[in-house]
Amino acid sequence: MPHQTILQKLEILADAAKYDASCASSGTAKKNSLGGKGMGSTEGMGICHAYAPDGRCISLLKVLLTNHCIFDCHYCINRKSSNVRRARFTPQEVADLTLSFYKRNYIEGLFLSSGIIKSSNHTMEQMVETARILREEHDFRGYIHLKTIPEADPELIRQAGLYADRLSINVELPTDAGLTRLAPDKDARQIEGAMGGTKMAIVEAKDAKKRFKHAPRFAPAGQSTQMIVGADAASDADIVGKASRLYDNFRLRRVYYSAFSPIPDASAVLPLKRPPLIREHRLYQSDWLMRFYGYQPGEIMQATGADGNLPLDIDPKLAWALKFREQFPVDVQRASKEQLLRVPGLGVKAVSRILIARRHRTLRLDDIAKLTVSLGKIRPFIVTCDWRPTLLTDRADLRRLLAPKQEQLELFAA
Amino acid sequence: MTTMQNVRLGAYYAVHIPRPDDFAFWRERARMLVQCDVPPDRVAWTEPGSSGDLFAGGDTRLPVPDRDARPIRASKRFLSLARNAVLHSDSERFALLYRLVWRQQTQPRITEDKTDPDVRKLEELDKNVRRDSHKMHAFVRFRQVKEQDGEEHYVAWFEPDHHILRANAGFFKRRFANMRWSILTPRGTLHWDGSTMREGPPAQKGDAPQGDPAEDLWKTYYASIFNPARLKVGAMLSEMPKKYWKNLPEASLIPDLIAGAQSREAMMVAAGERAASDRPETLEAIDRAIHQCRQCPIGGLDNQAVMGEGPAGAALMIVGEQPGDQEDRAGRPFVGPAGQLLDRYIEQAGIERRSAYVTNAVKHFKFVQRGKRRLHQSPTAKEIDTCRWWLESERALVQPKIVLALGASAARGILGKTVSMAKVRGAPIPLEDGSELWVTAHPAYLLRLDGAAHEEQAALFARDLAAVKKRLAGLEA
Ligand code: SF4
Repeated sequence: MPHQTILQKLEILADAAKYDASCASSGTAKKNSLGGKGMGSTEGMGICHAYAPDGRCISLLKVLLTNHCIFDCHYCINRKSSNVRRARFTPQEVADLTLSFYKRNYIEGLFLSSGIIKSSNHTMEQMVETARILREEHDFRGYIHLKTIPEADPELIRQAGLYADRLSINVELPTDAGLTRLAPDKDARQIEGAMGGTKMAIVEAKDAKKRFKHAPRFAPAGQSTQMIVGADAASDADIVGKASRLYDNFRLRRVYYSAFSPIPDASAVLPLKRPPLIREHRLYQSDWLMRFYGYQPGEIMQATGADGNLPLDIDPKLAWALKFREQFPVDVQRASKEQLLRVPGLGVKAVSRILIARRHRTLRLDDIAKLTVSLGKIRPFIVTCDWRPTLLTDRADLRRLLAPKQEQLELFAA
Repeated sequence: MTTMQNVRLGAYYAVHIPRPDDFAFWRERARMLVQCDVPPDRVAWTEPGSSGDLFAGGDTRLPVPDRDARPIRASKRFLSLARNAVLHSDSERFALLYRLVWRQQTQPRITEDKTDPDVRKLEELDKNVRRDSHKMHAFVRFRQVKEQDGEEHYVAWFEPDHHILRANAGFFKRRFANMRWSILTPRGTLHWDGSTMREGPPAQKGDAPQGDPAEDLWKTYYASIFNPARLKVGAMLSEMPKKYWKNLPEASLIPDLIAGAQSREAMMVAAGERAASDRPETLEAIDRAIHQCRQCPIGGLDNQAVMGEGPAGAALMIVGEQPGDQEDRAGRPFVGPAGQLLDRYIEQAGIERRSAYVTNAVKHFKFVQRGKRRLHQSPTAKEIDTCRWWLESERALVQPKIVLALGASAARGILGKTVSMAKVRGAPIPLEDGSELWVTAHPAYLLRLDGAAHEEQAALFARDLAAVKKRLAGLEA
């Protein structure tokens, strides 16, 4: 291969990382560089330093160590049989790039993943080495997220967790059948085994930290995973089910969804069309409902249609409310917090505002309008001292009334 | 006359805040004024640079509360919001805050009422300031300069909307504790040398360095990490409004990235528009690539791609429409009934099939499944145009002198437009690279005819082939 400059490698290896949905840099232990030799801080909330034209935030230097790969997963642009341009960074080069970007306040840290070269262990060693250079040689205290290789030796994963804020392992596909078909070199049991191992290590380190102040931290921002949506036949119900099992079994911080996007030089077993981006959005909304609104996975599944998919034209909360109309309207003056959280259009913030405001006065529809973003969507589902939606929730055309206009949907889904 | 009398007589007071972000000063004065029972409409709050003193005649000597004056109450929540709201550039902020402190003495829970206009205003100020601070954490871009002592110094230019600079010094200190840095703004400057923080007067954009060697890398990163298949410009703009763009080096790329994304999408539809530099460089590479190609829906059927075959430097390139059922199974062009017919005719015309490069306009077999049978379907014009990219790539490598297109689809594959068989038949059409195109019927057409019609078409077909042979001989001579 002709000699490539850092710039050329970056072009290839950042490009190859762009299909990864996870980017968050939040939720780790607080750190700063006072009293150290290097630089970096994490203050709970991660910072998005830029936004790309695809609307996604850029908070980390997200690159691959290399896009060479001995595996041949069909959905992956870096699979062995693909003829994309290949490049390879050394751990030192990635560490230098990270530092030079960090010093200029471009990023919060590094998100490193890699194609598999030589062997899983060899690849994992290189990733750990990158993190080691940053942490030990440069006293770097910013955020590091390593995407671990499930087949790698548990000892290597342990080392990775000592340097990284977050570890992740991609489950890739929502069903085992999909994985077998599209990622013939990967094994669902191995992936979940590795997740289990990481969970154990995180739990043990937390326990040790409680007892010994100087116990080393292990992945303080926890572990996450990513699932590709729309590359196989799995329905939203399958996906939500899988995600909730993963949350329960492995105490994941986040499950990311990545709508399968057409990749140049795609493999023939992939579907022709990418799924609408709005589908990914609906899955994130349902994830949100489970994490912050107290919905059970089963309830999200109840909101899906006959094909097991969430409606695309309305959000899952509204879809659920329309199916369970007997739960509405709720009286904003008396309803419990849980009941209020189920009202379509009422967010967590609005609910807490209502709870406070109603201690001071009897709430009118006008007051609700001031406390929320849009009243139109909420009105059919609430009762105030001056408003009662009598028959609205029974109207057969309620869905049509509340669903956003079709043009808007098209725009969003484009 | 005591100060309390002043108040009773309805005196006006003006309070000059020495620094626009001086919360402690405001708090101290507000406490005293409330203790002296000075109602909000009797106090004017001014800050450096604020225009006109409406209360110029006001008694600026503030009343002093009695020693045993009752303590002033304000909720914790109010204080935390107020501390932030003071940083806002709204000149009414001190008055608003004072009004709220005043009101809290008789309505202690007033700041919990989100429907109250004063409370809503307070929250709005707080929110704007928090957003501005957040954007400062995110959008400050340091540029490296080498000092005379050889030390690196990182200097940023930033334009905050509010008086947030000093309040955010700690963030940058904690993050870049061991670096030497300066943040320059039109409202003031901060300088950290690794151990102490120094404040300086307002700066101008020209005082900051203009570029940095790492910027090219950063821009490369920014351009590469974005997925053109997912353009969502609105989402980007809501988080990174245009007003910040002028100080973000990467933002200069955005218009081209957006325009480029649309054309990259369009490229997937009309592969013919792909850049010439992307062309595969060998026939083997084309062969490999068409097996992966899904630029049109035909590639997604249960089929394999069929590559052209023949010598790379062939003088004659014969182009058919698309592989059929047998070609798809064999992975070779023109092996089915139409192919056998073609072989017969070209042999008659004195052309050796082995010396020609034989290929198709469309590389995959398009069919509908009927029971066990796969019924041939004609490709649409769009599919032919999409697949043209490969045909052109082949032609660029084979460099034939004559291209013989069998049928209208094949002709479209070469020309990119539909021509009428009756008009173009029997005479060469010059191509850009100096070669020429001859168009005749597809042999499958002959197979579908019988009787007189077949005789007539067969004769025409033989005549066309003979003409091509003659022209070839002429070119070679
Ligand atoms: S027919 Fe042509 S354009 Fe369509 S998928 Fe096959 S090779 Fe690609």
